[in-house]
Amino acid sequence: MFKKLAIGAAFALALAPVASFAAGGGEQHIEDFQFSFEGPFGTYDQNQLQRGLQVYTEVCAACHGLKYVPLRTLGDEGGIGWTDDQVRAYASETFTVYDPELEDDRPAIPTDHFPANTAAGAPDLSMMAKARAGFHGPYGLGINQLFKGIGGAEYIASLLTGYTGEEKEEAGSILYENTAFPGGWISMAPPLSDEQVEFADGHANDLHHMAADVSAFLMWAAEPKMMARKQAGLVGVIFLTILASMLYLTNKRLWAPHKGKKH
Amino acid sequence: MAGIPHDHYEPKTGAEKWLHSRLPIVGLIYDTIMIPTPKNLNWWWIWGIVLAFCLALQIVTGIILVMHYTPHVDMAFASVEHIMRNVNGGYMLRYLHANGASLFFVAVYIHIFRGLFYGSYKAPREITWIVGMLIYLCMMGTAFMGYVLPWGQMSFWGATVITGLFGAIPFVGEAIQTWLLGGPAVDNATLNRFFSLHYLLPFVIAALVVVHIWAFHTTGNNNPTGVEVRRGSKAEAEKDTLPFWPYFVIKDLVGLAIVLVVFWAIVGFMPNYLGHPDNYIEANPLVTPAHIVPEWYFLPFYAILRAFTSEVWVVQIASFVTGGIIDAKFFGVLAMFGAILAMALAPWLDTSSVRSGKYRPMFKWWFYLLIIDFFALMWLGAMPAEEPYASFSLIASAYWFGYFFVILPILGVIEKPLPQPATIEEDFNAHYGTASDATPAE
Repeated sequence: MFKKLAIGAAFALALAPVASFAAGGGEQHIEDFQFSFEGPFGTYDQNQLQRGLQVYTEVCAACHGLKYVPLRTLGDEGGIGWTDDQVRAYASETFTVYDPELEDDRPAIPTDHFPANTAAGAPDLSMMAKARAGFHGPYGLGINQLFKGIGGAEYIASLLTGYTGEEKEEAGSILYENTAFPGGWISMAPPLSDEQVEFADGHANDLHHMAADVSAFLMWAAEPKMMARKQAGLVGVIFLTILASMLYLTNKRLWAPHKGKKH
Repeated sequence: MAGIPHDHYEPKTGAEKWLHSRLPIVGLIYDTIMIPTPKNLNWWWIWGIVLAFCLALQIVTGIILVMHYTPHVDMAFASVEHIMRNVNGGYMLRYLHANGASLFFVAVYIHIFRGLFYGSYKAPREITWIVGMLIYLCMMGTAFMGYVLPWGQMSFWGATVITGLFGAIPFVGEAIQTWLLGGPAVDNATLNRFFSLHYLLPFVIAALVVVHIWAFHTTGNNNPTGVEVRRGSKAEAEKDTLPFWPYFVIKDLVGLAIVLVVFWAIVGFMPNYLGHPDNYIEANPLVTPAHIVPEWYFLPFYAILRAFTSEVWVVQIASFVTGGIIDAKFFGVLAMFGAILAMALAPWLDTSSVRSGKYRPMFKWWFYLLIIDFFALMWLGAMPAEEPYASFSLIASAYWFGYFFVILPILGVIEKPLPQPATIEEDFNAHYGTASDATPAE
């Protein structure tokens, strides 16, 4: 009886995500980067997030904003994990915001958000790691997301490392060939190159590593409560399993007097 | 209340009598939860409780989300992010609410197909079935409008496409669409009225659920054999039934707890699996997403909507006969609502005197094919509108209508049903043995 139900439910669940596949199309190549936060027990790597933040600050922030992310959340546990002083120093040294009362710019404080930045027509990156799906298969069903994850971070990392070096001019603007971008041609010039950012701890700073680091950071920016959520998930699953087992045994005993042995 | 004979509430103490003579509410509750229930119900009968749970979950989480949400085109998207980032436990509330909608539809589809297999829609349960269909329609309306509220790209474009369906109605369509949207296009007025109705409809559903339960408590539950409970006397009825409390409450809670393990795992570990990535991009009327895809639970009917293009001969005939009043777009809309209407009409389309599919050797296979058809339509609804998907969609849509309008009426005439058990007791004992030779629990 449970088997039938389980099969039914699994079938429904497997077919359900067809809605989420379709945004892709084309012959995208998304490399399945291995991130520390994958899977039900995966956690953010604090050092990687800090490196990613550095890449964002020194490179991406020139064109892209993170307008939904409050600077104070850089101090949150389960994320970047900075101290209050570090957050305050980062905010004031890195960004200025317009203050309508002063009618002038002032250094940012932790309660401000990362500034919006639409100068070059670049999209905001706050939710980018959730706004793209890396994996769509098989046959567009999206079932592989059950095993690989939705793949937003993988998409970003693949995009950053996916430039072929080819360019073309179209309608007065230059497009760059990219194996991860739907359609294959993107208007963003290759933003990252080997050894562009120096990490204080001397961590490898080739393109591949930096792309992974900044993608992990953007995953955090999109889903800052992931660690708390997974913990709640695990605790809930354990307690509900215990509850289900106890109810099952209760039910068995409750019904026993009404069920005889089979003839 | 008519129905299966059973013990009724008797007020004993003075206080109970005082209340009972003024408001017999305790008696009403007692009769409701002690209702005699066929003891052979199988595990497919747990989904009603799951649905009741879903409604409660959605209302509770929804009411709290409203405390932090702002229904304005300039602020809605940001207020959802505010819930995700700043509200204590807000991310959990929102993921529970969003995935709760999916669980709601998983449960309602299993519940509906259970009814279709075991003939739960047949006399005397037609009202229960029709009210159920009304609940399902309200659920679809609520879910659709709820999906618009985060004001992401798929919210906006989904709303544009779906309200556009009303624009396909001949002569008055455009006026109706403008009236629904509160303007010429999806905008702040649309968001506000969708928010208002999204809050209202769940309470309409709750009222309909009361009627649904009232109706089947009057007729008694159907059961896997489709054989009615004997109701000549209380003693006779007791051989076929057990009271809902505690037997079925505990059993249903087992099912609910197992379902919740899976549900909680999805919310905790992959809460965006069932969503669409495009909805994390703020709505932009100037940028159309590459593919506009509804949520998974609408896909089967969305596939039917799109299946009837102007190249289909049925559509061409309809267009010719009506002098072009019924064009392909309107035909698709009629087909989509017709597909749901077909389900609602099942009690009158099914001519078989046998209720349960268990004793219908031919029906079984057509029914299994209907299940496959449903999943096929779900898949096709998410595929781009091009070959070969268009042809598949047409075939799958044709089967959906064929099942209800051709197969159900004909099967009742030509099919030779298998022998059914005389009583529920007989069926129960065949499965579990008689209670007399059982060892009672200590």
